[in-house]
Amino acid sequence: MRPDVQDQIISIIAREAVLEPAEVRPEMTLEELGLDSLGLVEMIFAIEETFGVSVPFNANEPAQTDFDISSVGAIVRAVERLISGPSAAAVA
Amino acid sequence: MRRVVITGAGTVNALARDLPGTLAAMAEGRTGIGPLELADVERLSVQIGAQVTGWEPEALFDRTKLSLYDRFTQFALVAAVEAMAQAGLAAVPGDPVRWGCVMGTAGGGNGTVNDAFRAVFAEGKNRVHPFTVPRLMNNAAASHITMAWGLMGPAFSVATACASSNHAIGLAFQMIRAGMADGMLAGGSEAMLTFGGLKAWEGLRVMSPEGCHPFSLGRTGMVQGEGAAVFVLEEYEAARARGAEILAEIRGFAMTSDAGDIVMPSVDGAARAMRGALADAGIAPGEVGYINAHGTGTAANDRTEAAAIRAVFGEAPPPVSSTKAMHGHCIGATGAIEMIACLLALRDGVLAPTLGFQAPDPDCPLDVVPNAARKADVPVAMSNAFAFGGLNAVLVLSRG
Repeated sequence: MRPDVQDQIISIIAREAVLEPAEVRPEMTLEELGLDSLGLVEMIFAIEETFGVSVPFNANEPAQTDFDISSVGAIVRAVERLISGPSAAAVA
Repeated sequence: MRRVVITGAGTVNALARDLPGTLAAMAEGRTGIGPLELADVERLSVQIGAQVTGWEPEALFDRTKLSLYDRFTQFALVAAVEAMAQAGLAAVPGDPVRWGCVMGTAGGGNGTVNDAFRAVFAEGKNRVHPFTVPRLMNNAAASHITMAWGLMGPAFSVATACASSNHAIGLAFQMIRAGMADGMLAGGSEAMLTFGGLKAWEGLRVMSPEGCHPFSLGRTGMVQGEGAAVFVLEEYEAARARGAEILAEIRGFAMTSDAGDIVMPSVDGAARAMRGALADAGIAPGEVGYINAHGTGTAANDRTEAAAIRAVFGEAPPPVSSTKAMHGHCIGATGAIEMIACLLALRDGVLAPTLGFQAPDPDCPLDVVPNAARKADVPVAMSNAFAFGGLNAVLVLSRG
């Protein structure tokens, strides 16, 4: 897990959840952070803009998409896979 | 209280450019959803929609007038011509000051906005078409209908997102019933299948990349459409006196606000609108034979709407279908186009199907007339529209 990526994502999530970054821990879920559906969509947009990636996420079937949002740490790992590209993800 | 009837109907949508074609497509269970054809479509993450294809406005309108007509106005004008013809009217009967027009739209002249922004931002031009403002304004379609038909009474546009045309028809109904007008042209029009319009929708992540499956397990979201539908509404006695064919009677209307969330729907707000429309009509839930659902195919709407229908109609609600898997979600025009499915049920005894249905969703315990139309005797039908912003509008109709 790259610390810079994790720090940036935690900062994005903290902003959406109106919390301090220090209050956001990797094992926390978005529900625990109080993030609603619009907050989630804004978080994904901020991640896309920050890292220059395209996040595969459909609000109608969050469980079916390849982008795991089950916890802060899961989001960090999913973004890392997106940054490293599809070929690396396939090997992993 | 004065009674209000529908004596004419017209439409343009992805299924057909007229009412008979649309009724036939709904009865056959045909879909108008397909690959989108527009500039830069390859840059969209969602590339399907229910588009009106092969539209050639130059063949339909005078060139000097066409420069004032955005696509949403063009759809509305064509639908109004058909509605008036079907009502058997070459001109407004009686005093034109007693006739008006209410049209719903959400995006208004979105294509005009898109073209103007492309010119100044992408192409670096320093001027846009001089009629950009009169083309893009949300009231343009309503205004051009008043000019085409000399309607000199109350006229305006309604913008309540996906409920716009139900609000428009409901308000027109109330105005005739209250004696403010003798006749109204009412409906909705939308033409938001533009690159900019679709980019905006993509951001919400509620659109399906593959298809519309209302109330179905595994549904993947909404699919956008475009088009218009316009109805001629008249006071009952006057319509009878001139020998008009009565397509249906509008019996009740109610509108409610969730006062909750800007995008997430509410069971209570939807249920209050349905109960309110029935109370306004003086009709018991058990008399309703068909509900045209809002049924967008999103996870949130369909689950919420199903719960609201069960709350109002109990354990055995009437058959419910969403026709959006055929004509797409036409946003501000959708309630008007869906009113045609209610006419099909009331007049022809045919329930339009919910296409794209794959498997029952335990969260949507309804008879959704899956995939194939069904014969049924329907004396009373209900049409639901529940908009972003938590604004709900429900109409109740009966056979004329």
